[in-house]
Parts: sequence; C-alpha cells; structure tokens
Amino acid sequence: MAVEIKTAGVKPVRTAFEHLIARFGDKPATRYQEFAFDTQPKTNFHYRPLWDPDHEIYDKSKTAIVMADWYALKDPRQFYYGSYTIARAKQQDAIDQQMAFLDERGALSELPDQAKRLITFSLVALRHYEWGSNTNNNFIAAYGYGTTITQAATMAMCDRLAMAQHLSRIGLFLDDKTGVSLDEAKEFWMSHSAWQGLRRQVENMFVVSDWFELMVAQNLVADGIVCPLIFQEFDRHFRSKHGNDLSSLTNYSVRWQKDFTRWVDAVIKTAAAESAENRELIDTWVKNWHLHINSAIDGLASELLGDEATASLTTINNEFNVRLSKLGLSAI
Amino acid sequence: MTKAKKLSLKQNYTMLTKGLDWEPSYQKKEDIFPQLSFEGIKIHNWDNWEDPFRLTIDAYWKYQGEKEKKLYAIIDAFQQNNGQFNVTDARYIQALKIFINAVVGLEYSAWRGFTRLGRELGDASPRIATQMQAIDEMRHATTQTHAISHYNRFFEGMGNAPYQYDHAWYLSIPKSFFDDACSAGPFEFIVAISFAFEYVLTNLVFMPWMSGAAYNGDMSTVSFGFSAQSDEARHMTLGLEVIKFLLEQDPDNVAIVQKWIDKWFWRAYRVLSLVATMMDYMLPKRVMSWDEAWTIYYEENGGALFADLARYGIKPPRNAEVTIKEKGRLSHEMWSIFYANRDVVGFPLWLPSQEEMAWFSEKYPDTFDKYYRPRFEYWQELEDLGTPYTNSTLPQLCQVCQWPCLFTEADDPTEFVHRETEFDGEIFHFCSDGCHQIFEDEPKKYIQAWLPVHQIYMGNCLLPDADPSSPDFNPMAEAIRYMGIKPGVDGGLFKDHSDAKNWEKWTERPANIHQGASTDFVRKTSSQNSK
Repeated sequence: MAVEIKTAGVKPVRTAFEHLIARFGDKPATRYQEFAFDTQPKTNFHYRPLWDPDHEIYDKSKTAIVMADWYALKDPRQFYYGSYTIARAKQQDAIDQQMAFLDERGALSELPDQAKRLITFSLVALRHYEWGSNTNNNFIAAYGYGTTITQAATMAMCDRLAMAQHLSRIGLFLDDKTGVSLDEAKEFWMSHSAWQGLRRQVENMFVVSDWFELMVAQNLVADGIVCPLIFQEFDRHFRSKHGNDLSSLTNYSVRWQKDFTRWVDAVIKTAAAESAENRELIDTWVKNWHLHINSAIDGLASELLGDEATASLTTINNEFNVRLSKLGLSAI
Repeated sequence: MTKAKKLSLKQNYTMLTKGLDWEPSYQKKEDIFPQLSFEGIKIHNWDNWEDPFRLTIDAYWKYQGEKEKKLYAIIDAFQQNNGQFNVTDARYIQALKIFINAVVGLEYSAWRGFTRLGRELGDASPRIATQMQAIDEMRHATTQTHAISHYNRFFEGMGNAPYQYDHAWYLSIPKSFFDDACSAGPFEFIVAISFAFEYVLTNLVFMPWMSGAAYNGDMSTVSFGFSAQSDEARHMTLGLEVIKFLLEQDPDNVAIVQKWIDKWFWRAYRVLSLVATMMDYMLPKRVMSWDEAWTIYYEENGGALFADLARYGIKPPRNAEVTIKEKGRLSHEMWSIFYANRDVVGFPLWLPSQEEMAWFSEKYPDTFDKYYRPRFEYWQELEDLGTPYTNSTLPQLCQVCQWPCLFTEADDPTEFVHRETEFDGEIFHFCSDGCHQIFEDEPKKYIQAWLPVHQIYMGNCLLPDADPSSPDFNPMAEAIRYMGIKPGVDGGLFKDHSDAKNWEKWTERPANIHQGASTDFVRKTSSQNSK
C-alpha cells in the first residue's frame, strides 16, 4: 500500500523564472536551466573595457562565429556547479583509491629506468600541455558569450588543471615524491626537439584572440590528435612492454576525455550547423590548426612509438576524420 | 619496496603546481599577457606571491562537493515543505527581491571578472588562485539562484532578474559598480574586488543578508550563507595577500594602490547603502542597525587593518570620515527615496510602524527623532487620508555611483549634497565629493555611464512594441515596462500588494507583523495571532 503524506497545498503563481518559461515553456525548470540560460548581462553596459575599448564587457563580436542564439551552445552533461563538483569528487575518490593501491605496492618506481624516463618524457611533460589547455579554456570562460558556454569552459579550465595535477602525481610516483621527475619533464618540454613543435603551437594558441577559434584549436584539434597519441597509442605501446600499472593511472584521463569530448562535440556541431558561414570558418580553423599540430607531433610520435609512429598517426587521423564528419565538418 | 613518503597538503600543492607555466620562447610574453603593463603596476618577482588557498583541484572538488550535497539536501527539504511560508512575514520577501535582482548579478560579474584574471595575471600561482575564486563566484551566483528560485514561484518581482539587472534604474547602481571593475585593468580589478570589497567590506554584505535570513526563518538563503562562508574566508585571505604583494613589489605601486583603495572604498560604500536600507527597514526581525554594523565592521575592523597597512605608506581611504558622519542618516534618507519613488521600483514599500520608529529612536538617538520621525509621521497621516505622498518626477542621478542625489552634506543633514563639473562642454552631477573625485580622475570613463534617468528622457527606454505616437501613450508606464518592472504589480504600497494579500491568504498570518492583519484571512484565525 502506498503511503501518501498530505502537505499543505498552495498552488504556485508561476512555474519558473520568466526567461525560462519564454524559452522552454510553462513548466518547472531544471537546476541546469536555472543558471545556464539567459543569465549573462547583455545590454546597457556602462563602460568600455580599458583593456579592449573596441568591445563591450560581454560582446558577441569577440568571435567571427555568428549565432542567432548563443544559448544554443548547450552542455549535454547539463552540469551546474553542484552536479559538477559532486561528479568530479566521486571520480577523484575512485582514482585516489587506485593510486593509494599502486603507492602501497611501489608500482612504477620498480620499472626499469628506461621505462621511467619514457613516462617522464611523455606523460609528465604533458602536464605543461594541460596547463596550456587550462589557459585556453580559461580564455573561453573569460571572453566567451553566454552562460552555457562560459560556465562549461570554467569547468573545463578546472578540469585541465586537474589533469595537469594528475600527471604531476604520476611524476611523483616515479621519483619518490622528490619532484625530480617534474624538473626533468619541464626540461623536455622546454628544450627537447620532439616537444618543441607542440610547445610552439600551444604558445601560438596563447595569442589567438577569437575564443571560438581557440575552442576549435585546443579542444577539438590539438586534443583530438595529442590525447589519442599519448593515452591511446603510447599507452598501448607501453603496456605491451611494461604491464598495466601505467594504464590504470592514465585510465582516469581517458575517461575524463570522453566526458569532455561530449561537450566539445556538442558545441562545435551546433555552431557548424547554424550556418554555411560558420561551418566554413570552423573548417578553415580545423584545417589550419591540424596542419600545424599534426606536423608538430611527428617527432614526438617517433620518440614515443618508434617504428609504429607512422601507423599510429594514420590511425589517429582516420579517427579524427570520422569525428569531423560526425560534427558535420569536412575531412582533413 | 618501502611505502613512499607522504606529502603535507602544502608540499603536495607546491609539487603539483610546480613550474607548470614556463617562459615562452615562440611568442612574446607581453603578447600572451597583454593587460599587465598599462596600469603602471610594477611586478619584479611573481615568486613572492604566496598562494593563500593552496588547494589542489581534487581537494577543492571533494571539499566543495560535500558542501553542495548538504546545501541541496536542505534546499530540497525547504521546497518540499513550503519553507517560504515559515519566514517572519511578507516584508522579508521584499528583501529577497533585492538579493536576487542585485546580488546575484554581482556574483555573476565577479565570476567572469575573476576568470579574466585567471587568464591574464602573469604567473601560475596567482592565476590558479583567481581561477579558484572564479569558480567559487560561479557557485555563489548558481546557488543563490537555486536558493531563491522557490520563492519566485509564489511571489512577484523575482521572475526576471537578469533582465532587470540590465534595465531597472536602481539596479544600474550595482551593475555600474561591477562594470567599472570589469572594465578596469587586472590589478585594479583585484584591488577593487578582492581587497576593497571582499576584505574590507564583505562582512557588511554577508552578515546582514545571511544573519537577516537566519533571524527571519529563511532556511534556504541562510543555508547558502553557511555554505558560502568558508569560500568567503578564502576570498578575504586573497584580498590581503594581493595588497601586500603589490605593495612589496615596488614603491611606485603604493600611490597607484592608494588611489584604487580610495576609489573602490567609496564605490563599494555607495553600493552598500542598499544594504543599510535592507538592514534597518526591510528585516521584520532585525539583526543590528546599520550604524552598529558600520561601527564594528568598518570603523573598528577597518581601522585596525589600515593601522597595519600604514607601514607600507597606505593611508585609510579618502572620505572614510564622511561615511562615519553619514551612518546615522544613510538608511533613513535611502528609505525615504524608495518610498517616494515606490511606483517605479520592483518591490512595494511601507512606512515604519510605531514599534520600528521606537527602535530607530533608540538606535539613532541623534538623528531619527530630529530629522526622520516627523517626516514618516506626516507621510503616515497622508496614507491614512488616502492621499499617500509620492514623487512624480524622476530623480537626478549621480554620474558615478548612479544613486539619486539624495545624500545630505556631511556636516548638515538638512542640506542635499550637489556637486557638478564641466567636461567637454557638458555638465555632470554628483551625489558627493567622493563620486566627484572619482570622476575627475577618469572623466572619459564616467561620461560613458548608462544613466537610466537620462536614457528615459532621451527616449531610449522603450520596448519595440511601444508606440509614442499613440494618443494614450504614457511615457512613464512605458519606461517602467522597459525596466522589467510590472506597473501596478511590482511597486506601490506594501499593504495593497499581491504578495501581502497572498501571504495572508496562504499563511493566515499578518503580512506585516508590526501593523497587524489587513485582510479577513487572518482575522478569522485572530485568536492564534492575538499575541
């Protein structure tokens, strides 16, 4: 028998905030909707920024992309701050247990020196790439238009810092928490020829002023090439020689990438579908950045994968093309 | 293999963020961080920056995630149990309207402002600190919206907060404040918000709202307050770190920072006038008077702070003595203006009851009976006669803070302050010397201000469907509509307002506990309310 608790019934005078009723119809709004939609100030700004007098504080023209409704760039995960931090805390708990388990066993530190060097060279050095991505997502959060995109970019900014910190932790596994591996990895990032192409591209992204171009360059193209290179191809290669311990740590980044990609793809697909002009623009950005980034990682791939580098890059690029076509974009 | 050593929280933070950023060699640093030089601030060594948070992002998620779980459990319970009817009376709800329409907008701008700093400051450590504050501010805007959402389903005037923030005349006061900071350089922003606002004055925003919520049974809002308290403590720490860092980097920074402290103290103080009004007039159960709050939180705490900063050559903010002279008058002058202009604001107004005036006499012995009681008693007579006093013209706004020029001379409470200056062939008006001085320092910035009253008179405040050529065109009603305020619904006298009537219908308790019931819904249960 169902037990029903009687509560005082007072009929509300409205179901939701007015801008949400206008957008979604006369029904209760979700917590995602309540903060994500139509909350950014959009008119009657008082002063032009001293640091950018050609634009308003929030300004649609800070990207060449044109949208009739900027709130169309939704987050399919429907994260708001609470659901985001709770989800991430849970994921972090799981990886912390995994790391504690490996730490007990002294895993990674028992690997041969050559393998340790390879991890430092690849994953630990990649923390700087992640910091670069933190910078770029931070840019999107600061200068993007509309709460849906800037909220998700703020979360992405935090996520990328988390990834950089996770990779740093892997370094601390290798060096008995002295931080020596972090210094070595930074040296690779700064000076090793195999990393310079990518570092150059990351620095080039730091001076891009169109935030949507950065979304494409960093989150679609660079991640679309670099992440599979490290977390899929290199990880497989390494596993075949040195066992699964490293994979049980990189697994965290792989899972996170899947979650992140859902957002990136939804945003880019929606913007590309908006107009032929948007699609062409995104196509051009993809093409340019891919050209540079793909050639920038040649040396890195060889260093990490040896003879398998060419085949791996072909796989990565084929998969990237499949993804582009799903987004309604042209293959490269 | 022995178990690896454990790092302390601070060591862990240091390791995980160690050297994350780098000296660029393929692009110039000044192109990557283009906002760092134009303000004249000199930074010689970013390594001297001590990150006060020292939180790795995983620790942040866990800590915050736990707080969010608790907060939403309470908000859910509040909604399920119609907690909105447990607050003291329907006047308290009117304070929440200011909260959602003004404060949420401020939190929103703080979020976006701090994301800019997270990108633009030239070093990993301050960037991580400001990124963390950015997402905290996003949290506050989000959770405040969620905490108040349920009230919106039952009461007027909360349904279109983002629109009102952009359009309503009195909301241009908080909006222009944050637009001012967001349009400034990164160092000015952080001095303005982290130091002048968060460190020096945040208690004056946080304490009245959140204690007010607690005193008046608003479980939803006060739970937000408790949950945000530890965030605020972090932000205040950042404010102090920022100021010390800037002052220690170069002696030339001192004069620039002093100028910003002077400016932002005054700017923030003017915004806080809204809080003064709320504390003294809108909380049915009061926490403390504005006079008391200013004495404790500015004069005593602020006094100690500026004594401490004297060793850097920093002086207390310019015009601080004016705020002390004004503290016995601020809320009363302000409430008078709101009452007189009640038909063009987003919440209804009321006159203080006998009980409340007795409290004011006690809390404001030097000012209330002399200057304000006679005014309120006269206005009460007019209300009782059915001809309530109202102001039918639009007020002159201050070019800087955007309040009506309603304040009185520091040394003469019977004389309105009116300052003006000429710039580029036009006359500009100010509510105070403080605002006038701010204008003189950056006239080209402040002449841009979107002053609502000017805009209305210029005919810029019309919705697309308004027809000025129609015979029954009412310019005032159209301007109110443009501002997102519903004529005949949102403003007016509290006792006639639908919130008051619905409150008594729904709760069978008086909408104004000090005046007693004004509808039959309460009278029929009067035995329960005779106390």
